[in-house]
Amino acid sequence: MSATWKTFKPYALITPQTLVFLLFLVFPIVMIGVVSFWEFTGYSMVPAFTLDNYQGIFTSDVTFKTYLNTFKFLGLVWLATLLIGYPVAYFIAFHVPKLEWQILLFLVCTIPFWTSNIIRMISWVPLLGREGLVNQVLLGGGLIQQPLEFLLYSDFAVVLGMVHLYIIFMIAPIFNSLMRIERSLITAAEDLGASGLQIFKEVILPLSAPGIAIGSIFIVTLVMGEFVTVRLMGGGQSASVGKLIQTQIGSLQYPLAAANAMVLLAVTMLIIVSVLRVLDIRKEL
Amino acid sequence: MGKFSRRQVLRTSLAAGAFLTATRCASAPKGTPDNPAPGPQVNTNQIKDVTLRLIGTGVSQINDIRDKAQEDLGFKFDMRALSTEENNQIAITQPDQYDIFDGEYFSLPLVVPSGNLQPIDIKRIANYDKIVSFFRTGEFKGMPVEKSQGTAPFKVQYLTGPDSKEFSPTPTDYATLIPFQYNADTLGYRPDLVGRKIETWGELFNPEFKGKTAILDIPQIGIMDAAMVSEALGLMTFGDKGNMTKAEIDQIIEILKEQKANGQFRAFWKTFDESVNLMSSGEVVLQSMWSPAVTAVQAQGIECIYAPLKEGYRGWGGGIGLSKNLEGIQLDAAYEYMNWMLDGWVGAFLGRQGYYSAAPETARKFMSADEWGFWYEGKAATEPIVDPFGKTLAKAGAKRDGGSFEERFGNIVCWNSTMKENTYLVQKWNELIAS
Repeated sequence: MSATWKTFKPYALITPQTLVFLLFLVFPIVMIGVVSFWEFTGYSMVPAFTLDNYQGIFTSDVTFKTYLNTFKFLGLVWLATLLIGYPVAYFIAFHVPKLEWQILLFLVCTIPFWTSNIIRMISWVPLLGREGLVNQVLLGGGLIQQPLEFLLYSDFAVVLGMVHLYIIFMIAPIFNSLMRIERSLITAAEDLGASGLQIFKEVILPLSAPGIAIGSIFIVTLVMGEFVTVRLMGGGQSASVGKLIQTQIGSLQYPLAAANAMVLLAVTMLIIVSVLRVLDIRKEL
Repeated sequence: MGKFSRRQVLRTSLAAGAFLTATRCASAPKGTPDNPAPGPQVNTNQIKDVTLRLIGTGVSQINDIRDKAQEDLGFKFDMRALSTEENNQIAITQPDQYDIFDGEYFSLPLVVPSGNLQPIDIKRIANYDKIVSFFRTGEFKGMPVEKSQGTAPFKVQYLTGPDSKEFSPTPTDYATLIPFQYNADTLGYRPDLVGRKIETWGELFNPEFKGKTAILDIPQIGIMDAAMVSEALGLMTFGDKGNMTKAEIDQIIEILKEQKANGQFRAFWKTFDESVNLMSSGEVVLQSMWSPAVTAVQAQGIECIYAPLKEGYRGWGGGIGLSKNLEGIQLDAAYEYMNWMLDGWVGAFLGRQGYYSAAPETARKFMSADEWGFWYEGKAATEPIVDPFGKTLAKAGAKRDGGSFEERFGNIVCWNSTMKENTYLVQKWNELIAS
């Protein structure tokens, strides 16, 4: 009895979660996949098997341009979150002495999440708008003669909005992996005469690489599907794959949107697999 | 088995309790409070238990209307405010989520084929003949609106039969929607920042306002604005703006792309709040707007003119329709609500925000002479004009932009539209955004 239970137990334990996964993740995705082959008649969808939706996607240069733009956002947001997020995490992990302060500062980083999209949308205008704070300061200081228009409703604004919103997803995993670094390793490196830069390059950076990888995966998945920030900060004039899908759903073109979603899913998975190729997270955890 | 576990004790006592309760009920004499007599049930007021679930856009799902309806009708309402797009999606894909659909006429060519609405029996609508004639017969005093292009309400007002999903070009006894509110839309502008009068749609592409204009990011509406502008500037002509050919869509998207590349637009907006925000912050000085958005800007104390333009207006209309799931007492309640809606109180409430009521003459009873004169007759206000939420919209002496109901409504030349080439339009619209 106990022997059968022993072999059976792990399966019993993973069953609930597997069911939840199948029901709420795998099944919906399969459904989207199925719908992506359906026909669209102009106002309703009809079960069928057609490759038209995919053919439309792969032969249109709108797809190409939109993906290019999305990749541009992804690259810029990834770079910015890494360049800002790493020093922040490093500072909190190594230069803030007390745990309470570390936690407090970490919480401060989550503040952008406390606001709703509408509040965010409205509050950027007085800061970045034509008559906003930034422009007024620059004009008042005599640095510019004309207000800078690119600050709001531009690709710049989209990247800024996303960095502001998603940087915590880069900080958190990096902070986590920095905290797990055995401090004696650093002491040992110092004792062996390594310089500060060498310690960072040879000890800290390699050991925090899994954090960077996890953070990058977060950023990739978030930015690739982003459409709210793109619309609000881009003033509706910037394109992203998420926004393209949203416009199609808004016009009830579900099969087309589903096909686009499947392609987006494949592209995103591809990027994540490449990240995992470079860094083996499992080995490090 | 001499020992009792805690569990056994619990189980036994629960069973005993249940047994006692059961026997008590059975043995109590009939008619006592423990066992009330099952006399004949008389439900004189079943309708009190009805709750009608409404879906609609934010401009119509207003708590004040719900409260007043509950008070007057005695049953409950559950309102959900959605965006235009979500509203249509739910109407088509989630018929179990609503009893009454409050949507725009231009969405009907998409919603009606889904079969989720049941035709409204006009004989049950008491004030149907008081509804503005254009909705009922397509006529309006011989004014330009009679020849308007696009999904004009009259074209989708009637169905061919009680179970039909087909529009009837001539009046029948079966209606798709009962009009709730509608308006003549046009360009709004900030007179303090523009510095002169705006009199034609063409101004939207005027280089003078480079980087300070906006249009809608809803393809079916944005394209109509763009068409009005292009026609006004003589950039292109259309066979029928409300039903463009692929070639016409190609051409107008090219025009829009060029304007976008030149930086003519500050933003494309999608929601009501966005348009208010763009205008009140001064980011945009001239844009396509919805009338309550103009009043919302004015309510902040900022001057905003809803320009009467020489080419005419772009019209829109919304109405309420019945879900196919409604039957029996629920259906009766829904008809009661429709009749209540045409009774005038709602019309007056909406009128004070600048919308037009389906049956203006009933709304008139609930408006002061001054309010009626200001909103419907284009007369100068004798007292400050206050909206239903207590904000002052216009000072004494002010006149409504565009004048009287006849002047504004009669000069609608096109309506928000769902075209035959809708799929192609959306595809090209995405191309515009990506360009």
